Amino acid sequence: MINRFLIPVVAFVLLVVVLAIGIKHSPEKGIIASPLIGKPAPQFSLPSLADPAHAVSSAALRGRWYLLNVWGSWCGTCRDEHQMLLEVRRSGRVRLIGLDWRDDDGQARGYLQQLGDPYEFVAVDHDGRTAIDWGVYAAPESFLVSPAGIVVYKCMGELTPDIWQKQILPRLGQAQAAGS
Amino acid sequence: MRHAPAICLAAAGLALASAGTVRAVDTTQMPTPELQARYEGLTHELRCVQCQDEALADSPAGVAADLRREVREMLLAGKSDDDVRSFMLARYGDFVLFRPRFVLKNVWLWAAPEVLLVVGALVAWRVVRKRARLVSADTEPLPDDGSN
Repeated sequence: MINRFLIPVVAFVLLVVVLAIGIKHSPEKGIIASPLIGKPAPQFSLPSLADPAHAVSSAALRGRWYLLNVWGSWCGTCRDEHQMLLEVRRSGRVRLIGLDWRDDDGQARGYLQQLGDPYEFVAVDHDGRTAIDWGVYAAPESFLVSPAGIVVYKCMGELTPDIWQKQILPRLGQAQAAGS
Repeated sequence: MRHAPAICLAAAGLALASAGTVRAVDTTQMPTPELQARYEGLTHELRCVQCQDEALADSPAGVAADLRREVREMLLAGKSDDDVRSFMLARYGDFVLFRPRFVLKNVWLWAAPEVLLVVGALVAWRVVRKRARLVSADTEPLPDDGSN
């Protein structure tokens, strides 16, 4: 009798485990894991939002940690995380660089004037080519890049105080200790 | 009044036809039929990263239009279909491919149907054999009752 029920019971337990894992991960269904983590950050050279005649380039970012924040004045969640970005700027813990994605320059400048400008500089990506190189699919997205130019973390969606505390600060920790 | 059903049918047909026209998101025309076929093949097997259960070809999202432009430009520049797939893969990961790659971490996706088929066949074979044994046991001559 034991033999007869053993196999179906084991199969059932395995099925429960597989389904439980699926249910547990279901909130992450919409999140695409970035293949960029651990790889060199894509290079870019784009017009600056402050002065479109002037180009800003990723080459200038080597040697220190930076957070590349992909945003647009059309993006609602970007507005939600803006207060947090201003706090990141105030903290001075990491360089904050903006990538203005598929946006109108005038509207983007108006947005920063109205809400405050947290960025060291903003690169303008009108046609979305740089965003594609970074694997961007929905704003806002934030990439943490190490001084060696390696992408170490990607925050998909709103940058919350929780993510800042638990994901970003600990990764900066070592560099901060070494610098101070 | 007798024509009402026919008129209704015609109206429904018209509505369906116009819905079809509205749904054509991508109107890109490639210069040759071969390129057009490859373009349509690729944009149907690549997944839109924003509206995630649609193909690139069917998505009205801005980022899908940008990605279709990349496909078009790469094909016009003489790149192969695999070049386009690896370009997308390097940026968006396995997620963009509606047809998963045959690599170690995807092996279970490809192997699961075959494994289940073999397991099912084994179970069926065992059940059939058991039944057959029962039947054959049943048709064995009754023990000698001493009548002959």
